[in-house]
Amino acid sequence: MKTKLFSYNYENTPIHNLSGLIKFICFLLLTFATMYTYDIRVILGMLVFSLIILRISKIKFSQIKVMLIYVLIFILINAIFTFFFAPEHGTTLYNTRNPIMKLWGNFELTQEQLLYQVTLAFKYLSVVPLGIIFLLTTNPSEFASSVTAVGVPYKASFAISLTLRYFPDILRVYNDISQAQQARGLEMSGKAKMKERVKNSLMIIIPLIFSTLERIEVVTNAMDLRGFGKEKRRTWYCVQKLRPADYYALAVSIVAVLIVASVAYFLNHGRYFNPFI
Amino acid sequence: MKDIFKVTTRTIVAAGLGAALFALLFMFVKIPSPVPGTYIQTAYGLAGFFGVLFGPIATGLMAFIGHAISDAVQYGSPWWSWVISSGIAGFIYGFAFKRTRVEEGIFGGKDILTYNIIQVIGNAIAWILVAPVLDIVIYAEPANKVFAQGLMAFASNSVVAGVVGTLLLLAYAATRTRKGSLSKKS
Amino acid sequence: MVPQQTPIIDFDHFTFQYYSQAEPTLRDINLKIYAGEKILIVGPSGSGKSTLGHCLNGLIPFYYKGNLEGSLKINGTETRDLDIFKLSKIIGTVLQDSDGQFVGLTVGEDIAFAMENDCVPQAEMHDRVDRVAKMVDIAHVKNLSPYELSGGQKQRTALAGVLIDDVDILLFDEPLANLDPATGKTAIEIIDDIHKQMGKTIIIIEHRLEDVLHRDVDRVIVINDGCIIADMSAHDLVSSDVLKENGIREPLYVTALKYANIHVTPQMKPGHIWSLDTNAVNEALRSWNRSVKTPLEAPPRPPLLTIDHLSFSYDGVRPTLSDINFEIREGEMVSIVGKNGAGKSTLAKLMCGFEKVDKGAILYKGQDIHKQSIKERAEFIGFVMQNPNQMISKNLIFDEVALGLRLRGVNEEEIKDRVEKVLDICGLSPFIEWPISALSYGQKKRVTIASILVLRPNILILDEPTAGQDYRHYSEIMEFLRQINETGVSIILITHDMHLMLEYTPRAIVLSEGQQIADTLASVVLTDPQTIAAANLKETSLYHLAQLAGIPDGTQFVQHFIDYERVAGQ
Repeated sequence: MKTKLFSYNYENTPIHNLSGLIKFICFLLLTFATMYTYDIRVILGMLVFSLIILRISKIKFSQIKVMLIYVLIFILINAIFTFFFAPEHGTTLYNTRNPIMKLWGNFELTQEQLLYQVTLAFKYLSVVPLGIIFLLTTNPSEFASSVTAVGVPYKASFAISLTLRYFPDILRVYNDISQAQQARGLEMSGKAKMKERVKNSLMIIIPLIFSTLERIEVVTNAMDLRGFGKEKRRTWYCVQKLRPADYYALAVSIVAVLIVASVAYFLNHGRYFNPFI
Repeated sequence: MKDIFKVTTRTIVAAGLGAALFALLFMFVKIPSPVPGTYIQTAYGLAGFFGVLFGPIATGLMAFIGHAISDAVQYGSPWWSWVISSGIAGFIYGFAFKRTRVEEGIFGGKDILTYNIIQVIGNAIAWILVAPVLDIVIYAEPANKVFAQGLMAFASNSVVAGVVGTLLLLAYAATRTRKGSLSKKS
Repeated sequence: MVPQQTPIIDFDHFTFQYYSQAEPTLRDINLKIYAGEKILIVGPSGSGKSTLGHCLNGLIPFYYKGNLEGSLKINGTETRDLDIFKLSKIIGTVLQDSDGQFVGLTVGEDIAFAMENDCVPQAEMHDRVDRVAKMVDIAHVKNLSPYELSGGQKQRTALAGVLIDDVDILLFDEPLANLDPATGKTAIEIIDDIHKQMGKTIIIIEHRLEDVLHRDVDRVIVINDGCIIADMSAHDLVSSDVLKENGIREPLYVTALKYANIHVTPQMKPGHIWSLDTNAVNEALRSWNRSVKTPLEAPPRPPLLTIDHLSFSYDGVRPTLSDINFEIREGEMVSIVGKNGAGKSTLAKLMCGFEKVDKGAILYKGQDIHKQSIKERAEFIGFVMQNPNQMISKNLIFDEVALGLRLRGVNEEEIKDRVEKVLDICGLSPFIEWPISALSYGQKKRVTIASILVLRPNILILDEPTAGQDYRHYSEIMEFLRQINETGVSIILITHDMHLMLEYTPRAIVLSEGQQIADTLASVVLTDPQTIAAANLKETSLYHLAQLAGIPDGTQFVQHFIDYERVAGQ
């Protein structure tokens, strides 16, 4: 049974060896850069860049196959919705209208819409490798200290650590409960009516939630007894000291952000790349 | 009524373990809705329940972390616009903390009403306001599409938080029954 | 004992009442504990012993609110003038639930948790963690996650996590509750070593008296109904009636001595099996041993369930179970024992259909059942989870028990009839309209058993039915299972509990690393050194008693004890 939330496995690669904090900052910088820009060239550049990093960190395709399928399905459905709701959104954004072909009814495909939707799809796609790299190459023990270092109160960061710690336990209890309830006759497969399904899911989640409430009391006692929250700050056992490579990585990310910013400022005069005027 | 923002160790533990539950329900206990690609997420029922028991900080953190983690596990990266909205929804659910009598073992009409008004407001702000606006700002998605999606999420999450959350609270209130009030059936 | 100095812990007319309770949980406690003492506090569930622990470590009044009267001084300071953080530097607490106490993602982080909260610099933390980890022998697993550890390793981590602060007093709250017998024995040895080598004051709260008395203690405090009933040496306590009167199980060898009509006196030093002097009573023991008649074996009943050359693997590479063979006969009560990870739970899952058999077969009344779904199998094999709170999803007893029938579309009239019958058998009829939350743990356990029995299975599998229960609840649950068994239902118990094996299941199947290493009499399993080691059990003290008394066949002596008890107990 899969026990850990993320399949982090240490490998000796330059990416794995970076400190968690630096990876977190780089992840945030690059993600926000990708979210900000609406220039397909920049986005594709970012995608290629992150695919190279993915390669360097020796992440295997099998590790990310399922995620990729989910993302592609999401992007596809989203694209269809976008087109049906706003077939002329590209025109509004780019202020020109170059029709390609008539589809049906009032729906017409324009170059603007095509560019907009392709850009959107790649925009969604290109943040995925960034997240995967961060999650699969960072020791979960470093998450909480990294999040604290960027300014989040340490108590809130510690909640993340607790989530990672207790997810496997709760998942195991969930599996046990669900099997025991199936033995009593609960049908998990999906032909039942909506109302039945809600009722059936309660048969599992009520015992699951209530036993977790008991666990919350015990963990709270354990943490109080060992002085959690007594000081305004706290130190961390799992923090990696910054090395030259960390500064290089940070520099690369900052340069990437600067490129995105200057493309926007000097070339596009805004977020959008508009080849139509 | 005061002190709902007080952060104790229990607040943090509830947020951390709650987020694990939230992520688990988000991934495994979702019910396909009539609209393809969308689900009725029982996790919001859980968030409503936690809101009443643990307050805005715990519930906001729980929904934010839980949603971010389940996104990261499923898609590789969190979908920030909706993750933030989940956090906001959870935070507002938390305003029902200390406003009901559930810890005394009573969850009657008045309490159900209080809880549901608060959760509907929370869902309205999160899904009709915050999520669409973030989608427009970050992804330049068309307004009518994201508001339609937001309305749908609002409807589905309000119903789940209403039905599942209320049922969980009723079940919880029942566990708080005083022992002295019972007699054996002869 | 060193009575002249000032006590490190001093309860003086101390009374405590939780705000949510109508009565005080602790009443007029007077107790002095001196530095360097090792104290065992025993008492049944609900006696107030855990509350006493909470008062010591500061959870009362920091977390649990209530009314305090009288005085409790630690190191000469009133605890009400100390906060939980200051107290935690004097008293370290090892909780019963080692998973709950393990809040770090790895062993090293968890040990460092208290130092992180004290803002100790990182380099110093690593040094101190390494030192303490070595002390409790977990340095080699420092980077592992909790789910890669055994129960014993988790408990050592918890211990290291409190030793890191160099506290004066160590408080253990039911340290044996979640451990198998061999690991529990080691735990008691580690605690004793720390006591001897580091001179810490040790307080152990437990109800398993005999297991703690595996090593010496200075005094045993008996607590019941919130009052201190006794404060005496182990020898005096075991020779008195205090244990019996307060629902605490006496050591098994003491029971055997009493069966042999021997008057147990403090002069025999009966507090520990290793201190027991039987010279004066050996003859009496030997003659009792000769007098016990082995009951005639009942003719074997037809097999109900046959496990035939069964093998299974989760990942297709590493076998979880290989070539398991045994039969469960009609009306039998059998234990399945083995270490954590030996494959016991997997075996139960295969029988219930939660997992699919790879090789071999499971036959019910001679028919292979591999095609039957989980739901179909539940009508002849019922499974009861360890923790009743993980099965209960309804508020009312009737609804909970009726659930399985409703899901099968049985009509309400028949449901009512069947549920009422089952509730009657389970002694739950008087509570039929009660909410489940108002029931005790033992009653909840009955409700979950009833909710399975209502489907009329012929075989009932129970996972650790008595884990963490005190003697009274243990007896209550097991006597109930015996009654169910007498109605003809075969019962399979997955367990670590050696008393349970001795007292209730004549036969035991032992698994080790996925192999079936024994299928024999419980008395044989509990006296064979190899099986004991492979299954993380420990030798029963009855065997030692036989050796002390010069009885050559220790296994037979144990069997006589079982046979005698079965007759005498009924």
